[in-house]
This record gives sequence, structure tokens and C-alpha cells, in this order.
Amino acid sequence: MTLTLSSACALHPQVALRPEPFGALAYHYGNRRLVFLKHPDVVRVVRELGQHPSVGHTLRACGIATERHASFLQALNQLTKSEILRVC
Amino acid sequence: MSPVAVAIVETASQENLETAAEVLVLEDLLVEEISIDGMCGVY
Amino acid sequence: MSASQLVTQLKRGLDAPICLTWELTYACNLQCVHCLSSSGQRDDRELSTQQAFAVLDELRDLQVFYINIGGGEPMIRRDFFDIIEYSIANDIGVKFSTNGAFIDEKNARRLAAMDYLDIQISLDGIDAITNDPVRGEGSYNIARRAMDNLKAANFGPFKISVVVTRHNVDQLDEFKALADSYGAQLRITRLRPSGRGVDSWNDLHPTNEQQVQIYNWLLAHGENVLTGDSFFHLNALGEALPGLNMCGAGRVVCLIDPIGDVYACPFVLHDQFKAGNVHDTGGFTSVWRDSELFTSLREPESAGACASCGNYDSCQGGCMAAKFFTGLPLDGPDPECVLGHGADLVEARQASPVSITPKPSKDHSKPARSALSVVS
Repeated sequence: MTLTLSSACALHPQVALRPEPFGALAYHYGNRRLVFLKHPDVVRVVRELGQHPSVGHTLRACGIATERHASFLQALNQLTKSEILRVC
Repeated sequence: MSPVAVAIVETASQENLETAAEVLVLEDLLVEEISIDGMCGVY
Repeated sequence: MSASQLVTQLKRGLDAPICLTWELTYACNLQCVHCLSSSGQRDDRELSTQQAFAVLDELRDLQVFYINIGGGEPMIRRDFFDIIEYSIANDIGVKFSTNGAFIDEKNARRLAAMDYLDIQISLDGIDAITNDPVRGEGSYNIARRAMDNLKAANFGPFKISVVVTRHNVDQLDEFKALADSYGAQLRITRLRPSGRGVDSWNDLHPTNEQQVQIYNWLLAHGENVLTGDSFFHLNALGEALPGLNMCGAGRVVCLIDPIGDVYACPFVLHDQFKAGNVHDTGGFTSVWRDSELFTSLREPESAGACASCGNYDSCQGGCMAAKFFTGLPLDGPDPECVLGHGADLVEARQASPVSITPKPSKDHSKPARSALSVVS
């Protein structure tokens, strides 16, 4: 399934985020996948997803400009496929 | 698993980027997955 | 290309390793001829349980996601379960490598009950005739019994870990079938001339034709077979194999040995690649972040003699450890360079009466049995 701006999702409970100069590493203890989050803005969004009703709300709350929403959505979809995020 | 063929946003600050279009080109690329088994070698 | 940008980032090093290898003991019930750590006998200076816990506390604070535990045979330590349980309780996943001797039915059930634990059983031949000359008499049956016990205990998908040699390279399909029969995952890794491998590498390492064979096999099966990214030197043959295609030594991985010495990777147990010790002021964290050695490994490297080849971007000049222990310059071709640039150099070195090949800094091998048979 594909995420949209109205989807609700959150960090998977088995995922840990480790800050790095480029952004963060995300590790899923269950499926052992390691994903690089390559921009601090993605890290902020990923951390906050669970606290907002939808992806769109989160992006706005994090101050992500509208023209960047498509690329963020693509990134979040990638993270959903890796189960770093789970759809609520 | 090979690295996902999505590009990368370098850590360079956005002030370096002249236009929003350039930002978007780079931001195809916000996440990348690598195999965790990699580079860790015990026999 | 995006992947190379990530590699560039990783080559500069990270605040903490992505994962690291920790050899818990030099003691081992086996005496494999290619043992990368020349293991056999315990070292009196090995970390105590409390010292091991202190290292794990540090790794937890660094958010190291998981550790590879090896040895020696790690399960020989009486506190083996204490250490791995402490690790997992501190959110450090454990993957350990074992010859299986201590995975009886009871231990298999105990292991199966744990989360965030991966097990690799080493096996270097599809039958005892191929395996035992390398890993020791009876070692094939020991490994198979451990696999049977793990399967019976419903451990789930453990890993079968094979070091590819010229004697088992034709058995890759059979190894895969064996793994499938257990619901296990096959992991194949590259033989290095490290530890006792310094002496056995000449006889064991795959021929140039066999390297092409490995490459083609991995292209066909790579999706489901783990390699520890150890075959990137083969990428000069064409399409890149799955994986990161870079040397992670001191950049994203490292090794802690049983006495707490920190080396750049499991295959370079030599003073030249020792960055410090976990007992040093500042502990492991300072060694990782500030040691002179690791700092230098994170600086841009030069293609050196490989610059004129045109394939350096693919193969990265191969493996640092393989070069070092065959006496080759680190900024030149790998001894198993698939274009043949390394083999000539190795041959020339071995023919030279004055050449000295580096020896591993520590040797915990058991005294040779042959010494006794001379007496009788």
C-alpha cells in the first residue's frame, strides 16, 4: 500500500534512531534492516509522525515546504516498505 | 540487498542551493537502505 | 551515483560503529587451519564478566545496534549466556559465530527462547571429507548436530557460514540446498590470509578461475545469500555484487579482541592495525573516535598502483588485510585481483629470499600434536 498525505503512520516500536552528522541511522531490531536517513528534516519528521493525525499534518508541523512534500512522501513510503514506519 | 537506488541529500546546507527546483532534485534521495550483514566479518 | 555518495560519507567514519566484532575468548575446542585469530588457548588477560559488562554499557551508550561475537569458540566461556543476555537486555542485538560444539538440545532451547539473537554455524565442506581437513576431525558432525538441535528447538532461520576455499567452491549449490533444508540462510565469506591463514592461504585460496565462478554464482544467487560484503574485489569482473563495496575497517566496523585490544577489523590482528584497548582512558569510545589509526583510515585513500587500471572504482583495490598479510603494499592490488595484477606481485615476493611477510601479533594456537608423535 502507498502512503498519502492523509495516511497516519508512526515509527515502528522495534526501531531505534541513532543521530549522525548527516541525519540518523534507523535500525529495525526485528527484521535487522538498517536505513540511512540522510537529512535532519527527515529525522525530525520521522520522530514526530506518531504525534500527528496524518503525514500531511506532520509535514506542516515540522515546517516542511509544500514543494518538498512529494519527495518526503517518497522517502516515507520507502521507510514503510522497510517496516521502519508502520501505518496506523 | 543492494543499496536502494534513490539518491542522497548531502549534508550541505540548503543555503548552497540556488533554487527550490535544485532542492527537489536532491531530495529524491532522503533515505537509503543497506544490508546490515555487510562489512562484519567473522568466519 | 547515489550509492557512491553514501560510501563517501561512510568512509569518513561514523560517531560509532554500525556494528562490531567482539572475540570473547581465544580458547577453542577446534584448531581450524585458517583461523583468523590463531585461536586455541585461553589468554589469562581475557576480559572478566564485569569488564565485558562495562564494554557493553559503553556500546549501549554509543547506540551500537548489534555486535558480532566470535572467538575462539565463544560458548566455551562460562559466562557466555550472561554476556549475551546482558547485551540483549541493553538493546544490543547479538549475532554469534560458533562451531556448534556446545549447542546441545538444552542450549538450543535456551537460545531459541531469546530475541534479537542470530547464530552462525561454521561449516567449510558439504561433507566430512571436505570439511574436516580444514576444521578438524569430527567437526563436520559437530556442526550438523548443532544444526539439528537448533531446528528441533525451532530456533528459526540460523545461518550456515562457509569460508570459500578452492576445495569447497564447487559445493556452493549443495551448501545452498543444505541451508534450505534447515530453513537456514547461507552465508559465504572470503578466505583471508589472516591468523593461521597466513600459513594455509596458499593452499586454500580459490584459483583465479574459481574466483570467476564465485562471482557468477553470487550474481545468480546473491539476493538470498549473505556475504558480509566480503567479495567486493570481484566487482572488477563487471556488474557490482550486492553490498556496499567498500572496506569498513575503522570506518564503520572494528574488532575488540578477548583482552580488549581494538583492531581495525577482524582480519588484521597485527600491531600495525591496533588502535588501542578498551581499558585505555576514555575507553572504547575514545579509541573509536580519536585514535590515530582510525583517524587515518578515515582520510581519503589513494588508488596508488591501481590508479592506472581503470577498475579501482569497482573493486576499491580489494582487501587491506589480504594485502597486508601477503606482504603487498596497501595502496596496490589485492593478491586475488581478478585481473591478475596481484598474483604476480605475490609470486615475486614469495620467490624473493629477503622478503618478510608480516606475522599476526598474537598466537594462541595449542602446541602442535606432531611434537608429541615424534616422542612416541
